Amino acid sequence: MEFQIIWFILWGVLWAVYFMLDGFVLGTGMLHPYLARNDQDKKILINTVGPVWDGNEVWLLTAGGATFAAFPKTYALMFSYLYTALLLLLFSLIIRGVSIEFRGKINNDGWKKAWDMGIFIGSALPALLLGVAFGNIFSGLPMDAAGYHGSLLQLLNPYGLLTGALFVLLFLTHGSLYVCVKTEGDLCDKSSATAGKLWPALLLVAVAFLVATAFATRLYDNYLTTMPLLVVPLLAVAALIGIKVFLAKGKPLAAFASSCVTIVMVVFTGVIGLFPNLIPSSLDPAHNLTIYNSSSSAYTLRIMTVVALVFVPIVIAYKIWVYRVFRSRVTADTVMKNEQAY
Amino acid sequence: MDTVALSRLQFALTSMFHWIFVPLTLGLSLLTAYMETRYVRSGDELYLRMTKFWGKLFLVNFALGVVTGITMEFQFGMNWAEYSKYVGDIFGAPLAIEATMAFFLESVFIGVWIFGWNKISKKAHALSIWLVALATNLSALWILLANGWMQKPVGYVLRNGRAEMTDFWALLTNPYGWLKFGHTLSSGYVVAAFFVMGVSAYHLLKKNQTEFFTRSFKIAAVFGLASTILVATIGDFHAVEVAKTQPTKFAAMEALWETQKNVGYNLVIIPDTVKECNTFEGPCVPGLLSYLAFHTADAEIKGLKAFPKEERPPVLPTFWSFRLMVLLGFAMMLLSLLAVIYSKRRTLEAHPLFLTLMLFSIPLPYIAGQLGWVVAEVGRQPWIVYGVLKTSAGVSQSISTVQVYASLLGFTVLYGALGAIDIYLLSKFAKQGPDNDLSALLKQTK
Repeated sequence: MEFQIIWFILWGVLWAVYFMLDGFVLGTGMLHPYLARNDQDKKILINTVGPVWDGNEVWLLTAGGATFAAFPKTYALMFSYLYTALLLLLFSLIIRGVSIEFRGKINNDGWKKAWDMGIFIGSALPALLLGVAFGNIFSGLPMDAAGYHGSLLQLLNPYGLLTGALFVLLFLTHGSLYVCVKTEGDLCDKSSATAGKLWPALLLVAVAFLVATAFATRLYDNYLTTMPLLVVPLLAVAALIGIKVFLAKGKPLAAFASSCVTIVMVVFTGVIGLFPNLIPSSLDPAHNLTIYNSSSSAYTLRIMTVVALVFVPIVIAYKIWVYRVFRSRVTADTVMKNEQAY
Repeated sequence: MDTVALSRLQFALTSMFHWIFVPLTLGLSLLTAYMETRYVRSGDELYLRMTKFWGKLFLVNFALGVVTGITMEFQFGMNWAEYSKYVGDIFGAPLAIEATMAFFLESVFIGVWIFGWNKISKKAHALSIWLVALATNLSALWILLANGWMQKPVGYVLRNGRAEMTDFWALLTNPYGWLKFGHTLSSGYVVAAFFVMGVSAYHLLKKNQTEFFTRSFKIAAVFGLASTILVATIGDFHAVEVAKTQPTKFAAMEALWETQKNVGYNLVIIPDTVKECNTFEGPCVPGLLSYLAFHTADAEIKGLKAFPKEERPPVLPTFWSFRLMVLLGFAMMLLSLLAVIYSKRRTLEAHPLFLTLMLFSIPLPYIAGQLGWVVAEVGRQPWIVYGVLKTSAGVSQSISTVQVYASLLGFTVLYGALGAIDIYLLSKFAKQGPDNDLSALLKQTK
């Protein structure tokens, strides 16, 4: 297989894993003011993501780093063209991280309220921005030989906003299911009920997204030429329905697994549709950024492939170990016992 | 200002801010790991309390190091797209490897360390902070190999309109990168040593928990002395590498205008950049500069005038930063030596003046580190990749001055607030001192 194709697959996998893992952190961050009845609840919610949020965010850094190493031209143009949007993403992620880390450091209501706000904004804004960014990547950026002709406001087109809404709802649902899996009693009940309430809205937006994609993008072209690929979007839909089915059966863990699959398959659906483009041009297909015209040399890709083959399995192994160590539910008791907890 | 100047300013601001937190992380992770290991081995609860206290300060600092680090990766693409396109084939690799090899390890095991007190065995818990320390140091290695490549490009060929990697091994073994790594890493250790000594001095002056802080001070003093010697020694070899590979930077560091053989070292120099000479020089140690540059006393050193004006770096910031850094380095070496002597003799508390001095010396290694980066990066100008690509050619073409003004303003406000909060939290926790009640904690640790 060509190295470009290997790295295209890895690129898609990195984004998919990032959205699956940070999705529930972002979702929990958006939901915590709503789900928590008191400060202790908030503490529990933040501590459900406490041990893992930072490691999950690294998938974004790795996706960025992999784009740089494997497709430098795409990295350079994507980051400079989307300058202001990425700046906002950066600021909100910084605020989220600091808010999670510092909220519990001082026991004062005003202090905590300020950081709670930081966690909410720092979670909602990235979810929306990442959705808008990917919506625009799916439909193509206005770029040609003269450079970029877009602006921040142009990114907020209907299809971009629809994808943004899809991401926000996906992560809200994902986060509420995660909270239910990780907590007990009222918190768990309330969050699974929330997931149930969110689901119809998610379904509606997901269907709207699938329909709009046919008009706003050329993502379906690949599926029309290679029909077996349709199994990916079909799996996305099946997993989405699975969320509701498992929720109704009272199986939150299975419902959470379904939302994991939903997110991964939604990302794969988009990425497969892009192939062989990384970012299409909405003005002229001759200026699409493809895996061939924007990739690193074969030598660099070979080195990077070896690095990925050695280290990614190691990362996955210790990540699984960590999730096992912290598999128990977070309760008031465990949170209060550890003074280093958030 | 144009987008080049603004982007440079923004990169300087964000990387220097990032560099407030990283050096302490590099050193304090090791010290905390050492303390916890002592606890695991001896069962002495004093070391557990040390781990907890210094670990708490470590975590406050660590958080800001992590979040300000993301900015660095984004900025190469956002502001320096032409650079990224041109060198991404070789420069992107170490960054991607850093993320895969170091960032994951660091961020995953810091979570284990914070939340694992009652979940994993004592040994596994101590191992997790060692892994964090290893990961932060590894991360420094990859980013400094990347920076080392910008200083001394190796293992590439100009092809297809860009720099393409031809020899990964050359990148990996670039002496410039390794010397920079050693010099920078040990400077981080000095920051941690002076931080621990300074905070301990504060409490010793107040006669607060003297046993706890005398022992903390002693560990830091030994670590500090070893590290200051290491910084200077590696720094000496680093300077030789600079003289060999970046003659313009070396000439600017020493304000050397004329090409000469057997150059002496002037203890005091006042350069005049308009007349391109030094208005004052002396007292002079004959042959010393030649010796420092090439480790032989009669070596020829190229002066600034040997290079066209547009290829010289700004002389004054490079020169003064370097002088002041070296001066601070020797001052810190002396302070560390005294610290070790007083610690060994157990007479720290009898020297309140020295303790006060150590308290106010906390900023010294921070300043020296920032000055070091000024020498490295300003001294490399006008090149972004020395001898290969000019900084002005590296900036993104699609960004406008308004965009960069706005982002620069945003960074200034956000980072200003974060810096204030960090200082507030650190000084609050540092003044609070260690927690005496360990009963709850001991129940937790199996």
